[in-house]
Amino acid sequence: MKQSKWTIKSNLPLAYQIYCMVLQGDTSDIRPGQFVEIALPGYYLRRPISVSNVVDNELTLIYKTVGQGTAAMAQMKRGQELDILTCLGNGYDLSKAGKEVLLVGGGVGVPPLFYAAKCLRRMGKEVRVVLGFNSIHDVFAEREFKALGCQVDVCTMDGSYGTQGVVTDLIKPSAPYYYACGPLPMLKALVKNVGTNGQISMEERMGCGVGICVGCSIETKHGIKRVCKEGPVFPADEVSF
Amino acid sequence: MKTRLGDIELKNPVIPASGTCGFGMEMSEWMDLNHLGAIATKGTTRDARYGNPLPRIAECGASGLINAVGLQNPGVDEVIRHEMPALRAIYNGPIIANVSGFNVEDYAYVCQRIDQETDAAILEVNISCPNVHNGGMAFGTTPEAAAEVTRAVKAVTRKPVYMKLSPNVTDITAIARACVEAGADGLCLINTVLGMRIDIRRRKAIVANRYGGYSGPGIFPIALRMVNQVRQACPKTPIIGCGGVGSAEDVIEMMMAGANAVEIGAANLQNPQVCKQIIDRLPKLMNELHIEHLQDIIGIV
Repeated sequence: MKQSKWTIKSNLPLAYQIYCMVLQGDTSDIRPGQFVEIALPGYYLRRPISVSNVVDNELTLIYKTVGQGTAAMAQMKRGQELDILTCLGNGYDLSKAGKEVLLVGGGVGVPPLFYAAKCLRRMGKEVRVVLGFNSIHDVFAEREFKALGCQVDVCTMDGSYGTQGVVTDLIKPSAPYYYACGPLPMLKALVKNVGTNGQISMEERMGCGVGICVGCSIETKHGIKRVCKEGPVFPADEVSF
Repeated sequence: MKTRLGDIELKNPVIPASGTCGFGMEMSEWMDLNHLGAIATKGTTRDARYGNPLPRIAECGASGLINAVGLQNPGVDEVIRHEMPALRAIYNGPIIANVSGFNVEDYAYVCQRIDQETDAAILEVNISCPNVHNGGMAFGTTPEAAAEVTRAVKAVTRKPVYMKLSPNVTDITAIARACVEAGADGLCLINTVLGMRIDIRRRKAIVANRYGGYSGPGIFPIALRMVNQVRQACPKTPIIGCGGVGSAEDVIEMMMAGANAVEIGAANLQNPQVCKQIIDRLPKLMNELHIEHLQDIIGIV
Protein backbone atom coordinates (compact mmCIF):
# COMPACT_ATOMS: atom_id res chain seq x y z
CA MET A 1 0.00 0.00 0.00
CA LYS A 2 1.25 3.46 -0.91
CA GLN A 3 -0.58 6.69 -0.13
CA SER A 4 0.20 9.68 -2.32
CA LYS A 5 -1.16 12.75 -4.10
CA TRP A 6 -2.05 12.59 -7.78
CA THR A 7 -2.98 15.23 -10.35
CA ILE A 8 -5.67 14.67 -12.97
CA LYS A 9 -4.26 15.03 -16.49
CA SER A 10 -7.50 14.21 -18.28
CA ASN A 11 -10.94 12.79 -17.50
CA LEU A 12 -13.06 12.01 -20.56
CA PRO A 13 -16.09 9.88 -21.49
CA LEU A 14 -15.24 6.69 -23.37
CA ALA A 15 -18.62 4.94 -23.78
CA TYR A 16 -22.05 4.99 -22.13
CA GLN A 17 -21.39 5.75 -18.42
CA ILE A 18 -17.73 4.81 -18.91
CA TYR A 19 -14.98 7.37 -18.26
CA CYS A 20 -11.21 7.37 -18.62
CA MET A 21 -9.15 9.29 -16.08
CA VAL A 22 -5.40 9.77 -16.53
CA LEU A 23 -3.50 10.78 -13.40
CA GLN A 24 0.10 11.83 -12.80
CA GLY A 25 1.99 10.68 -9.71
CA ASP A 26 4.10 7.90 -8.22
CA THR A 27 3.37 4.81 -10.35
CA SER A 28 6.19 2.71 -8.87
CA ASP A 29 5.43 -0.93 -8.04
CA ILE A 30 1.89 -0.88 -9.53
CA ARG A 31 1.18 -4.32 -11.06
CA PRO A 32 -1.48 -5.42 -13.58
CA GLY A 33 -4.65 -6.67 -11.88
CA GLN A 34 -4.17 -4.46 -8.83
CA PHE A 35 -6.52 -1.63 -7.88
CA VAL A 36 -6.34 1.81 -6.30
CA GLU A 37 -8.57 3.51 -3.70
CA ILE A 38 -9.47 7.12 -4.47
CA ALA A 39 -10.59 9.56 -1.77
CA LEU A 40 -13.43 11.71 -3.13
CA PRO A 41 -14.32 15.01 -1.43
CA GLY A 42 -17.73 14.66 0.26
CA TYR A 43 -17.72 10.85 0.39
CA TYR A 44 -16.52 8.94 3.44
CA LEU A 45 -15.17 5.80 1.81
CA ARG A 46 -12.64 5.63 -0.98
CA ARG A 47 -13.65 4.23 -4.37
CA PRO A 48 -11.82 1.08 -5.49
CA ILE A 49 -10.94 1.27 -9.20
CA SER A 50 -8.85 -1.26 -11.15
CA VAL A 51 -5.61 -0.21 -12.81
CA SER A 52 -6.09 0.08 -16.57
CA ASN A 53 -2.64 1.16 -17.64
CA VAL A 54 0.64 2.60 -16.43
CA VAL A 55 2.96 4.63 -18.68
CA ASP A 56 5.92 6.32 -16.99
CA ASN A 57 4.38 8.53 -14.25
CA GLU A 58 0.86 8.26 -15.67
CA LEU A 59 -1.86 5.99 -14.36
CA THR A 60 -4.99 5.29 -16.41
CA LEU A 61 -8.25 4.38 -14.67
CA ILE A 62 -11.34 3.42 -16.65
CA TYR A 63 -14.45 3.48 -14.49
CA LYS A 64 -18.22 3.33 -14.71
CA THR A 65 -20.56 5.82 -13.05
CA VAL A 66 -22.52 3.42 -10.89
CA GLY A 67 -23.51 5.78 -8.07
CA GLN A 68 -23.13 9.29 -6.72
CA GLY A 69 -19.43 8.93 -5.90
CA THR A 70 -18.32 7.81 -9.36
CA ALA A 71 -20.71 10.37 -10.90
CA ALA A 72 -18.88 13.06 -8.92
CA MET A 73 -15.59 11.59 -10.14
CA ALA A 74 -16.76 12.00 -13.73
CA GLN A 75 -17.20 15.75 -13.12
CA MET A 76 -13.60 16.23 -11.97
CA LYS A 77 -11.37 18.45 -14.06
CA ARG A 78 -7.78 18.48 -15.28
CA GLY A 79 -5.40 19.80 -12.63
CA GLN A 80 -7.46 18.63 -9.64
CA GLU A 81 -5.49 16.82 -6.93
CA LEU A 82 -6.57 13.46 -5.46
CA ASP A 83 -5.40 11.38 -2.49
CA ILE A 84 -5.00 7.80 -3.70
CA LEU A 85 -3.86 4.50 -2.20
CA THR A 86 -2.01 2.44 -4.81
CA CYS A 87 -0.49 -1.07 -5.09
CA LEU A 88 -3.61 -2.69 -3.56
CA GLY A 89 -4.44 -6.37 -3.97
CA ASN A 90 -2.41 -9.17 -5.45
CA GLY A 91 -2.74 -8.61 -9.22
CA TYR A 92 -2.52 -11.21 -11.98
CA ASP A 93 0.18 -13.86 -11.85
CA LEU A 94 1.34 -13.52 -15.46
CA SER A 95 4.01 -16.22 -15.08
CA LYS A 96 1.26 -18.84 -15.41
CA ALA A 97 0.55 -17.87 -19.05
CA GLY A 98 1.68 -20.19 -21.84
CA LYS A 99 2.84 -19.10 -25.30
CA GLU A 100 -0.82 -18.45 -26.14
CA VAL A 101 -3.10 -16.75 -23.66
CA LEU A 102 -6.74 -15.71 -23.52
CA LEU A 103 -8.15 -12.56 -21.93
CA VAL A 104 -11.90 -12.42 -21.28
CA GLY A 105 -13.57 -9.16 -20.26
CA GLY A 106 -17.17 -8.14 -19.73
CA GLY A 107 -18.32 -4.51 -19.51
CA VAL A 108 -16.51 -2.52 -16.85
CA GLY A 109 -14.46 -5.68 -16.14
CA VAL A 110 -12.45 -4.99 -19.30
CA PRO A 111 -10.10 -2.24 -17.97
CA PRO A 112 -7.72 -4.31 -15.76
CA LEU A 113 -7.12 -6.69 -18.68
CA PHE A 114 -5.57 -3.91 -20.75
CA TYR A 115 -2.49 -3.49 -18.56
CA ALA A 116 -2.26 -7.30 -18.34
CA ALA A 117 -2.38 -7.52 -22.17
CA LYS A 118 0.37 -4.95 -22.50
CA CYS A 119 2.64 -6.85 -20.10
CA LEU A 120 1.85 -10.20 -21.75
CA ARG A 121 2.65 -8.78 -25.20
CA ARG A 122 5.98 -7.49 -23.83
CA MET A 123 6.65 -11.04 -22.63
CA GLY A 124 6.17 -12.17 -26.25
CA LYS A 125 2.84 -13.94 -25.72
CA GLU A 126 0.19 -14.47 -28.37
CA VAL A 127 -2.80 -12.74 -26.80
CA ARG A 128 -6.40 -13.34 -27.81
CA VAL A 129 -8.95 -10.97 -26.28
CA VAL A 130 -12.69 -11.63 -26.11
CA LEU A 131 -14.77 -8.67 -24.98
CA GLY A 132 -18.48 -8.68 -24.17
CA PHE A 133 -20.79 -5.69 -23.84
CA ASN A 134 -24.54 -5.08 -23.67
CA SER A 135 -24.74 -2.98 -26.84
CA ILE A 136 -22.76 -0.80 -29.26
CA HIS A 137 -23.03 2.19 -26.85
CA ASP A 138 -21.07 0.30 -24.22
CA VAL A 139 -18.14 -0.84 -26.37
CA PHE A 140 -14.67 0.49 -25.59
CA ALA A 141 -10.98 -0.51 -25.69
CA GLU A 142 -11.21 -2.66 -28.86
CA ARG A 143 -8.83 -0.45 -30.85
CA GLU A 144 -6.39 -0.16 -27.96
CA PHE A 145 -6.11 -3.95 -27.57
CA LYS A 146 -5.60 -4.26 -31.36
CA ALA A 147 -2.85 -1.64 -31.23
CA LEU A 148 -0.98 -3.89 -28.75
CA GLY A 149 -1.06 -6.66 -31.39
CA CYS A 150 -3.79 -8.73 -29.72
CA GLN A 151 -6.37 -10.68 -31.69
CA VAL A 152 -9.66 -9.10 -30.58
CA ASP A 153 -13.23 -10.41 -30.80
CA VAL A 154 -16.16 -8.36 -29.57
CA CYS A 155 -19.68 -9.51 -28.88
CA THR A 156 -22.79 -7.65 -27.75
CA MET A 157 -25.89 -9.06 -26.10
CA ASP A 158 -28.20 -7.28 -28.58
CA GLY A 159 -26.02 -7.85 -31.63
CA SER A 160 -25.67 -4.12 -32.34
CA TYR A 161 -21.87 -4.55 -32.64
CA GLY A 162 -19.65 -7.56 -33.30
CA THR A 163 -21.08 -11.02 -32.82
CA GLN A 164 -24.46 -11.32 -31.14
CA GLY A 165 -24.23 -13.28 -27.91
CA VAL A 166 -22.03 -13.69 -24.88
CA VAL A 167 -18.27 -14.15 -24.55
CA THR A 168 -18.49 -17.89 -23.96
CA ASP A 169 -20.08 -18.30 -27.42
CA LEU A 170 -16.71 -17.23 -28.85
CA ILE A 171 -14.50 -19.43 -26.68
CA LYS A 172 -13.77 -23.12 -27.38
CA PRO A 173 -13.50 -25.54 -24.44
CA SER A 174 -9.87 -26.13 -25.54
CA ALA A 175 -8.98 -22.49 -24.86
CA PRO A 176 -5.52 -21.69 -23.47
CA TYR A 177 -4.81 -20.35 -19.94
CA TYR A 178 -7.03 -17.34 -19.31
CA TYR A 179 -7.33 -14.14 -17.32
CA ALA A 180 -10.90 -12.90 -16.85
CA CYS A 181 -12.76 -10.00 -15.30
CA GLY A 182 -16.44 -9.19 -15.58
CA PRO A 183 -19.88 -9.74 -14.09
CA LEU A 184 -20.42 -12.85 -11.96
CA PRO A 185 -22.71 -14.64 -14.49
CA MET A 186 -19.98 -14.25 -17.15
CA LEU A 187 -17.29 -15.66 -14.86
CA LYS A 188 -19.59 -18.50 -13.84
CA ALA A 189 -20.35 -19.40 -17.49
CA LEU A 190 -16.66 -19.20 -18.36
CA VAL A 191 -15.67 -21.65 -15.62
CA LYS A 192 -18.55 -23.95 -16.61
CA ASN A 193 -17.70 -23.97 -20.34
CA VAL A 194 -13.93 -23.67 -20.39
CA GLY A 195 -12.91 -24.96 -16.97
CA THR A 196 -10.72 -23.54 -14.26
CA ASN A 197 -7.44 -23.19 -16.16
CA GLY A 198 -7.08 -19.47 -15.47
CA GLN A 199 -7.41 -16.56 -13.06
CA ILE A 200 -10.44 -14.42 -12.38
CA SER A 201 -10.70 -10.97 -10.91
CA MET A 202 -13.52 -10.42 -8.40
CA GLU A 203 -15.42 -7.29 -7.43
CA GLU A 204 -17.05 -6.54 -4.07
CA ARG A 205 -18.24 -3.58 -2.01
CA MET A 206 -15.26 -2.62 0.14
CA GLY A 207 -14.77 -0.72 3.34
CA CYS A 208 -11.06 -0.06 3.59
CA GLY A 209 -9.43 -1.73 0.56
CA VAL A 210 -6.33 -2.54 2.61
CA GLY A 211 -7.40 -5.67 4.51
CA ILE A 212 -8.27 -4.27 7.92
CA CYS A 213 -12.10 -4.25 7.98
CA VAL A 214 -12.87 -7.65 6.39
CA GLY A 215 -15.94 -6.09 4.76
CA CYS A 216 -15.27 -7.84 1.43
CA SER A 217 -14.48 -11.41 2.56
CA ILE A 218 -15.66 -14.27 0.35
CA GLU A 219 -15.78 -17.98 1.16
CA THR A 220 -13.49 -19.80 -1.28
CA LYS A 221 -12.61 -23.47 -1.63
CA HIS A 222 -9.46 -22.66 0.36
CA GLY A 223 -11.11 -20.77 3.19
CA ILE A 224 -12.15 -17.18 3.78
CA LYS A 225 -10.33 -14.65 1.58
CA ARG A 226 -10.50 -10.87 1.43
CA VAL A 227 -11.18 -9.63 -2.11
CA CYS A 228 -9.06 -6.54 -1.36
CA LYS A 229 -6.07 -8.35 0.11
CA GLU A 230 -5.75 -12.01 -0.96
CA GLY A 231 -7.59 -10.97 -4.18
CA PRO A 232 -8.96 -9.37 -6.25
CA VAL A 233 -7.44 -12.04 -8.51
CA PHE A 234 -8.11 -15.68 -7.62
CA PRO A 235 -7.22 -18.94 -9.36
CA ALA A 236 -10.47 -19.90 -11.14
CA ASP A 237 -10.61 -23.25 -9.29
CA GLU A 238 -10.61 -21.49 -5.91
CA VAL A 239 -13.80 -19.44 -6.27
CA SER A 240 -17.07 -20.97 -5.10
CA PHE A 241 -19.86 -19.78 -7.41
CA MET B 1 0.91 12.67 25.70
CA LYS B 2 0.84 9.98 28.38
CA THR B 3 -2.40 8.77 29.85
CA ARG B 4 -3.58 5.92 32.08
CA LEU B 5 -6.19 3.22 31.97
CA GLY B 6 -6.26 2.15 35.61
CA ASP B 7 -2.77 0.83 36.40
CA ILE B 8 -1.75 0.66 32.75
CA GLU B 9 0.20 3.57 31.35
CA LEU B 10 -0.23 4.41 27.66
CA LYS B 11 2.39 6.52 25.87
CA ASN B 12 -0.46 8.35 24.16
CA PRO B 13 -4.28 8.05 24.16
CA VAL B 14 -4.59 6.78 20.55
CA ILE B 15 -5.87 3.22 20.10
CA PRO B 16 -7.11 1.73 16.82
CA ALA B 17 -10.54 0.30 17.62
CA SER B 18 -11.41 -3.37 17.44
CA GLY B 19 -12.46 -4.41 13.94
CA THR B 20 -10.58 -1.62 12.20
CA CYS B 21 -7.04 -2.95 12.56
CA GLY B 22 -7.38 -6.75 12.48
CA PHE B 23 -4.58 -8.16 14.64
CA GLY B 24 -2.20 -5.42 13.55
CA MET B 25 -0.42 -7.21 10.71
CA GLU B 26 -1.79 -5.09 7.85
CA MET B 27 -1.34 -1.82 9.75
CA SER B 28 2.30 -2.73 10.43
CA GLU B 29 2.91 -2.52 6.67
CA TRP B 30 2.52 1.27 6.79
CA MET B 31 3.30 2.26 10.37
CA ASP B 32 5.32 1.14 13.38
CA LEU B 33 2.66 -0.15 15.77
CA ASN B 34 4.89 0.79 18.70
CA HIS B 35 3.86 4.44 18.20
CA LEU B 36 0.31 3.55 19.29
CA GLY B 37 -1.02 4.02 22.80
CA ALA B 38 -2.47 0.50 22.61
CA ILE B 39 -4.13 -1.72 20.03
CA ALA B 40 -7.62 -3.24 20.28
CA THR B 41 -7.68 -6.54 18.40
CA LYS B 42 -10.50 -7.99 16.30
CA GLY B 43 -13.50 -9.31 18.23
CA THR B 44 -12.79 -12.94 19.08
CA THR B 45 -15.38 -15.66 19.62
CA ARG B 46 -15.17 -19.28 20.82
CA ASP B 47 -15.47 -20.70 17.28
CA ALA B 48 -14.23 -19.39 13.93
CA ARG B 49 -16.85 -17.30 12.11
CA TYR B 50 -17.26 -16.20 8.50
CA GLY B 51 -19.71 -13.50 9.53
CA ASN B 52 -22.62 -12.10 7.55
CA PRO B 53 -23.34 -12.47 3.83
CA LEU B 54 -22.14 -9.79 1.39
CA PRO B 55 -22.56 -6.90 0.89
CA ARG B 56 -21.54 -5.92 4.39
CA ILE B 57 -20.70 -2.27 3.80
CA ALA B 58 -22.84 0.77 2.92
CA GLU B 59 -21.53 4.31 2.74
CA CYS B 60 -23.39 7.15 4.45
CA GLY B 61 -22.31 10.19 2.41
CA ALA B 62 -19.55 12.16 4.09
CA SER B 63 -20.65 11.16 7.58
CA GLY B 64 -19.51 7.55 7.76
CA LEU B 65 -20.56 4.04 6.87
CA ILE B 66 -22.70 1.14 7.93
CA ASN B 67 -21.01 -2.21 8.45
CA ALA B 68 -22.56 -5.59 9.04
CA VAL B 69 -19.42 -7.74 9.07
CA GLY B 70 -20.82 -9.93 11.84
CA LEU B 71 -17.72 -10.79 13.86
CA GLN B 72 -15.68 -12.58 11.21
CA ASN B 73 -12.72 -14.01 13.14
CA PRO B 74 -10.58 -17.15 13.22
CA GLY B 75 -11.82 -18.29 16.67
CA VAL B 76 -10.03 -18.19 20.02
CA ASP B 77 -7.76 -21.22 19.35
CA GLU B 78 -6.27 -19.66 16.24
CA VAL B 79 -6.09 -16.21 17.83
CA ILE B 80 -4.04 -17.64 20.72
CA ARG B 81 -1.92 -19.92 18.54
CA HIS B 82 -1.19 -17.55 15.69
CA GLU B 83 -2.56 -14.00 15.78
CA MET B 84 -1.47 -12.88 19.25
CA PRO B 85 2.11 -14.24 18.99
CA ALA B 86 2.45 -12.67 15.53
CA LEU B 87 1.33 -9.30 16.92
CA ARG B 88 3.61 -9.64 19.94
CA ALA B 89 6.57 -10.26 17.63
CA ILE B 90 6.25 -6.76 16.15
CA TYR B 91 4.58 -4.77 18.94
CA ASN B 92 5.56 -4.39 22.59
CA GLY B 93 2.77 -2.08 23.84
CA PRO B 94 -0.51 -2.95 25.58
CA ILE B 95 -2.90 -5.25 23.75
CA ILE B 96 -6.61 -4.80 24.37
CA ALA B 97 -8.20 -8.14 23.47
CA ASN B 98 -11.78 -7.69 22.29
CA VAL B 99 -14.05 -10.64 23.08
CA SER B 100 -17.57 -11.46 21.95
CA GLY B 101 -20.04 -14.25 22.54
CA PHE B 102 -23.51 -15.67 22.06
CA ASN B 103 -24.14 -16.73 25.64
CA VAL B 104 -22.62 -15.99 29.03
CA GLU B 105 -20.57 -19.21 29.01
CA ASP B 106 -18.95 -18.24 25.67
CA TYR B 107 -17.82 -14.89 27.04
CA ALA B 108 -16.33 -16.52 30.14
CA TYR B 109 -14.65 -19.29 28.13
CA VAL B 110 -12.97 -16.97 25.63
CA CYS B 111 -11.92 -14.51 28.36
CA GLN B 112 -10.43 -17.29 30.45
CA ARG B 113 -8.46 -18.64 27.49
CA ILE B 114 -7.12 -15.19 26.60
CA ASP B 115 -6.39 -14.49 30.27
CA GLN B 116 -4.34 -17.65 30.67
CA GLU B 117 -2.71 -17.98 27.27
CA THR B 118 -1.86 -14.44 26.12
CA ASP B 119 -0.26 -11.37 27.62
CA ALA B 120 -3.14 -9.06 26.65
CA ALA B 121 -3.27 -6.12 29.08
CA ILE B 122 -7.03 -5.59 29.03
CA LEU B 123 -10.06 -7.68 28.12
CA GLU B 124 -12.57 -5.56 26.21
CA VAL B 125 -15.88 -7.38 26.38
CA ASN B 126 -18.16 -6.55 23.49
CA ILE B 127 -21.77 -6.61 24.67
CA SER B 128 -22.77 -4.24 21.90
CA CYS B 129 -22.28 -5.83 18.46
CA PRO B 130 -25.43 -4.95 16.49
CA ASN B 131 -24.67 -7.39 13.69
CA VAL B 132 -25.21 -10.81 15.22
CA HIS B 133 -28.44 -12.39 16.27
CA ASN B 134 -28.96 -14.05 19.68
CA GLY B 135 -25.93 -12.42 21.19
CA GLY B 136 -23.68 -9.41 21.06
CA MET B 137 -25.86 -6.40 21.65
CA ALA B 138 -28.56 -8.45 23.42
CA PHE B 139 -26.24 -8.50 26.46
CA GLY B 140 -25.64 -4.77 26.36
CA THR B 141 -29.19 -3.47 26.30
CA THR B 142 -30.38 -4.33 29.82
CA PRO B 143 -28.49 -3.60 33.05
CA GLU B 144 -29.19 -7.15 34.32
CA ALA B 145 -27.69 -8.92 31.27
CA ALA B 146 -24.70 -6.56 31.16
CA ALA B 147 -24.03 -7.22 34.85
CA GLU B 148 -24.37 -10.97 34.36
CA VAL B 149 -21.73 -11.04 31.61
CA THR B 150 -19.47 -8.77 33.67
CA ARG B 151 -19.68 -11.05 36.72
CA ALA B 152 -19.08 -14.18 34.64
CA VAL B 153 -15.99 -12.69 33.04
CA LYS B 154 -14.60 -11.20 36.25
CA ALA B 155 -14.86 -14.63 37.88
CA VAL B 156 -12.37 -16.15 35.40
CA THR B 157 -9.75 -13.44 34.95
CA ARG B 158 -7.45 -11.18 36.93
CA LYS B 159 -6.87 -8.92 33.95
CA PRO B 160 -8.74 -5.62 33.88
CA VAL B 161 -12.16 -6.06 32.28
CA TYR B 162 -13.59 -3.22 30.17
CA MET B 163 -17.18 -3.59 29.02
CA LYS B 164 -17.84 -2.17 25.53
CA LEU B 165 -21.23 -0.49 25.63
CA SER B 166 -23.94 -0.06 23.03
CA PRO B 167 -25.45 3.35 22.23
CA ASN B 168 -28.68 1.60 21.19
CA VAL B 169 -30.26 1.98 24.64
CA THR B 170 -32.51 4.47 26.38
CA ASP B 171 -30.16 5.19 29.27
CA ILE B 172 -26.53 4.24 28.84
CA THR B 173 -25.69 5.33 32.38
CA ALA B 174 -27.90 2.56 33.81
CA ILE B 175 -25.93 -0.06 31.84
CA ALA B 176 -22.61 1.58 32.76
CA ARG B 177 -23.46 1.61 36.48
CA ALA B 178 -24.62 -2.01 36.36
CA CYS B 179 -21.29 -3.07 34.80
CA VAL B 180 -19.24 -1.11 37.32
CA GLU B 181 -21.26 -2.47 40.25
CA ALA B 182 -20.73 -5.99 38.87
CA GLY B 183 -16.98 -5.44 38.98
CA ALA B 184 -16.00 -3.97 35.60
CA ASP B 185 -12.62 -2.24 35.83
CA GLY B 186 -13.42 0.13 32.99
CA LEU B 187 -15.79 0.95 30.15
CA CYS B 188 -15.43 1.48 26.43
CA LEU B 189 -18.08 3.47 24.59
CA ILE B 190 -19.71 3.69 22.17
CA ASN B 191 -20.01 0.79 19.76
CA THR B 192 -21.79 1.49 16.44
CA VAL B 193 -25.30 2.93 16.17
CA LEU B 194 -27.82 0.59 14.59
CA GLY B 195 -28.66 1.98 11.17
CA MET B 196 -29.86 1.24 7.65
CA ARG B 197 -29.44 2.33 4.03
CA ILE B 198 -31.69 1.45 1.09
CA ASP B 199 -30.78 1.13 -2.58
CA ILE B 200 -33.73 3.06 -4.03
CA ARG B 201 -33.28 1.58 -7.51
CA ARG B 202 -33.32 -2.03 -6.34
CA ARG B 203 -35.74 -1.26 -3.49
CA LYS B 204 -33.60 -3.31 -1.12
CA ALA B 205 -31.47 -2.71 1.95
CA ILE B 206 -27.85 -2.17 0.83
CA VAL B 207 -26.28 -4.51 3.38
CA ALA B 208 -27.44 -8.11 3.13
CA ASN B 209 -28.05 -8.18 6.90
CA ARG B 210 -30.62 -5.36 6.38
CA TYR B 211 -29.39 -3.31 9.36
CA GLY B 212 -25.84 -2.61 10.40
CA GLY B 213 -23.66 -0.55 12.69
CA TYR B 214 -23.28 3.12 11.73
CA SER B 215 -19.89 4.65 12.50
CA GLY B 216 -17.85 7.65 11.43
CA PRO B 217 -17.99 11.41 12.06
CA GLY B 218 -21.81 11.36 12.08
CA ILE B 219 -21.86 9.58 15.45
CA PHE B 220 -19.16 11.69 17.12
CA PRO B 221 -21.60 14.07 18.88
CA ILE B 222 -23.60 11.08 20.18
CA ALA B 223 -20.46 9.35 21.44
CA LEU B 224 -19.26 12.53 23.08
CA ARG B 225 -22.57 13.06 24.89
CA MET B 226 -22.67 9.45 26.11
CA VAL B 227 -19.05 9.50 27.33
CA ASN B 228 -19.87 12.70 29.19
CA GLN B 229 -22.99 11.19 30.79
CA VAL B 230 -21.12 8.04 31.82
CA ARG B 231 -18.21 10.10 33.16
CA GLN B 232 -20.67 11.85 35.49
CA ALA B 233 -22.42 8.60 36.43
CA CYS B 234 -19.16 6.71 37.09
CA PRO B 235 -16.65 9.41 38.08
CA LYS B 236 -13.82 7.04 39.07
CA THR B 237 -14.09 4.48 36.25
CA PRO B 238 -11.54 4.55 33.42
CA ILE B 239 -13.31 5.17 30.10
CA ILE B 240 -12.12 4.51 26.58
CA GLY B 241 -14.01 6.99 24.37
CA CYS B 242 -14.93 5.73 20.93
CA GLY B 243 -17.17 6.82 18.09
CA GLY B 244 -16.44 9.02 15.09
CA VAL B 245 -13.03 10.23 16.25
CA GLY B 246 -10.95 11.25 13.22
CA SER B 247 -8.53 13.98 14.26
CA ALA B 248 -6.31 15.16 17.12
CA GLU B 249 -8.97 17.80 17.84
CA ASP B 250 -11.57 15.04 18.25
CA VAL B 251 -9.23 13.19 20.64
CA ILE B 252 -8.93 16.26 22.87
CA GLU B 253 -12.68 16.84 22.73
CA MET B 254 -13.37 13.22 23.68
CA MET B 255 -10.96 13.47 26.61
CA MET B 256 -12.53 16.72 27.79
CA ALA B 257 -15.87 14.89 27.73
CA GLY B 258 -14.41 12.30 30.10
CA ALA B 259 -12.37 9.69 28.21
CA ASN B 260 -9.04 8.49 29.62
CA ALA B 261 -8.03 7.15 26.21
CA VAL B 262 -9.60 7.17 22.76
CA GLU B 263 -10.26 4.53 20.14
CA ILE B 264 -10.16 5.41 16.44
CA GLY B 265 -12.45 3.21 14.33
CA ALA B 266 -14.04 4.12 11.00
CA ALA B 267 -11.38 6.75 10.28
CA ASN B 268 -8.82 3.94 9.75
CA LEU B 269 -10.92 2.69 6.85
CA GLN B 270 -10.88 6.09 5.19
CA ASN B 271 -7.26 6.91 5.91
CA PRO B 272 -5.09 3.96 6.96
CA GLN B 273 -2.44 6.35 8.34
CA VAL B 274 -4.84 8.39 10.48
CA CYS B 275 -3.63 7.04 13.87
CA LYS B 276 -0.05 7.95 13.04
CA GLN B 277 -1.11 11.41 11.82
CA ILE B 278 -3.13 12.06 14.99
CA ILE B 279 -0.21 11.00 17.22
CA ASP B 280 2.14 13.26 15.25
CA ARG B 281 -0.24 16.23 15.54
CA LEU B 282 -1.22 15.85 19.23
CA PRO B 283 1.82 17.51 20.87
CA LYS B 284 1.45 20.62 18.68
CA LEU B 285 -2.26 20.82 19.37
CA MET B 286 -1.70 20.39 23.12
CA ASN B 287 0.78 23.22 22.95
CA GLU B 288 -1.69 25.45 21.07
CA LEU B 289 -4.35 24.71 23.68
CA HIS B 290 -1.93 25.17 26.62
CA ILE B 291 -2.42 21.57 27.76
CA GLU B 292 0.65 20.37 29.63
CA HIS B 293 -0.62 16.93 30.63
CA LEU B 294 -3.61 15.14 29.09
CA GLN B 295 -4.55 14.00 32.61
CA ASP B 296 -5.48 17.61 33.36
CA ILE B 297 -8.30 17.76 30.80
CA ILE B 298 -10.04 14.42 31.34
CA GLY B 299 -13.69 15.12 32.05
CA ILE B 300 -13.22 18.85 32.64
CA VAL B 301 -16.43 19.68 30.77
